[in-house]
Amino acid sequence: MHPLLTPFKRFGLYLLAWLPIAAILDYLLAVPGKLGWQDATAITLPLCLVYQFVCLSAWYSCKAAPLQKSTSQRLWLTQVSAAVIVSLLWVACAKSLVLALASFPAFRGLDDRFSSQVPIIFGAGFLLYLLSVALHYVLLAVEDSRKAEARVLETSVLARDAELRALKAQVNPHFLFNSLNSISALTSVDPEKAREMCILLADFLRMTLGLGEKTSVPLSEELSLVDRYLAIEKVRFGTRLQMEEHIEEATKALQLPPLILQPLVENAITHGIANLSGGGFIRVSSAAENGRMLLAVENSFDPESTPTRKGGLGLRNVRQRLETLYGDSANLHVSAENEKFRVELSLPANTAEVRRV
Amino acid sequence: MTHPEKKLRALIVDDEDLARLALRELIKTRAEIEVVGECGNGFEAVKAVAEHKPDLIFLDVQMPKLTGFDVLELIGTETAVIFVTAYDQYAMRAFDVHAVDYLLKPVGRERFEAALERAKSRIGNKAPSATELAAAARPPQQFLERLVVKDGTRVTLIPVEKLDYAEAQDDYVSLASEGKKHLKQQTIAGLAACLDPKRFVRVHRSYVVNFERVTRIEPYGKDSKLAILRDGTRLPVSRTGYARLKALLEQQA
Repeated sequence: MHPLLTPFKRFGLYLLAWLPIAAILDYLLAVPGKLGWQDATAITLPLCLVYQFVCLSAWYSCKAAPLQKSTSQRLWLTQVSAAVIVSLLWVACAKSLVLALASFPAFRGLDDRFSSQVPIIFGAGFLLYLLSVALHYVLLAVEDSRKAEARVLETSVLARDAELRALKAQVNPHFLFNSLNSISALTSVDPEKAREMCILLADFLRMTLGLGEKTSVPLSEELSLVDRYLAIEKVRFGTRLQMEEHIEEATKALQLPPLILQPLVENAITHGIANLSGGGFIRVSSAAENGRMLLAVENSFDPESTPTRKGGLGLRNVRQRLETLYGDSANLHVSAENEKFRVELSLPANTAEVRRV
Repeated sequence: MTHPEKKLRALIVDDEDLARLALRELIKTRAEIEVVGECGNGFEAVKAVAEHKPDLIFLDVQMPKLTGFDVLELIGTETAVIFVTAYDQYAMRAFDVHAVDYLLKPVGRERFEAALERAKSRIGNKAPSATELAAAARPPQQFLERLVVKDGTRVTLIPVEKLDYAEAQDDYVSLASEGKKHLKQQTIAGLAACLDPKRFVRVHRSYVVNFERVTRIEPYGKDSKLAILRDGTRLPVSRTGYARLKALLEQQA
């Protein structure tokens, strides 16, 4: 679609811009051209009326010779020859108009007086057309950059989607293989327990895959994943792992993005319990307060053990996801003191699905 | 030929009860091995090796505080070691490069027996250098976070930020940390290669210093200088060492 025609306001502005042009041309013909105001106006008005539409055709010549892709030689050749043709047509138009006018008594002899003004009409037509070409090039460039911007925006949205998906659905290979190893050990000494563990692991994997598809789940659903996870780790760590849950009943129906709490608990195991030969505790708690949901995961940790770079990848992923999903309205606070590691999470308390900001 | 073959004495090291159980079950099926001990962590393992002198160790890689690699570094290379790990891409590459055998959890019988044969044929032969293996198992672009030192059966962990400087002493390095010195069997070049060059500078053929500890440099003699540390220790600085210090200073400015 022609860029000057589409938004109606823009087309109006374009037509308005022709008023001063017509006035200047009128003056040129009337005063220096010595035609007098009546004759000049009778010629200028219809001519400009026609020409303002003719000039819109510059769009086609601009499209035919795009600014970036044409050599300057070709550009000038195309536009100058277009301008010459259009101006000649305009002159022809003017001539027939003058002839027609001359047949009226009021304009008798206009055709003779007008013939000396032909170069002015031609020159004006030529310049106006080139001006219009320039205007169209600008409009095309603006349109191009707007399209490019939209494309960049679209790709970034796609990339963010992909990133969110990647951050969510990750089953830790250590966890998987260690659990399989536990099952393998149990098969000979406690087949019943081995079967139980198989089912726990299957449930956990199924839930992880299912949750990855969703954008938001009630806390109760996330907690049942966490419970399965901890039950599996309990088999692995035995008495080394003690766990507690303090869940406020009112928070169970609140929505949160899936796989936000589970990675925090996993973090507590891999960077806390797994580094303690004597074992330790994990405490998961939730509360609702002033329209916000507060979640906390606490665990014992060994401050002397290898510094694992500020909680590791799991914590970083959760932080990044919260940022993408909530912007500033969610926050994650990490503290480590007295051999106790604590991650606190504060989210807007929603019972409806979490939407992206 | 009926002289009874001497039984292989094996040690199992893993922090998880079930993982040890799984290995014990596998070993039970082979008459030529007997389990002389089980350890739930690296410290116990270092002690048990000194005590029982096993022929073969099944060593878990991921354990609290002392990893399998740390244990290997501390016990030397006299004992054949079969690493057991759940999943560790860098470690597996290290095993491949250095041809020490390893098992992946859960361990299958066939793979277990193959590893056993390999270990048996290698017993008595020297394994590749433990420090070299540990270095190869580190993820690329990552430097040591702590050093492990053994004094008798006592194991000390020194986080690198607590290391003031290291001094070469023949085949050993003397590590100065919190006013004490610890001897470790390693070359100074080997140690320097494992430390973050942004934090530790080889100021002299025989010295690596923690850059944070240096308070000033004083001229000393014609070509050399002295680095004065926070606690007043004076370390010689060679010409190339001085250039390294200056380069690091400019980088951080």
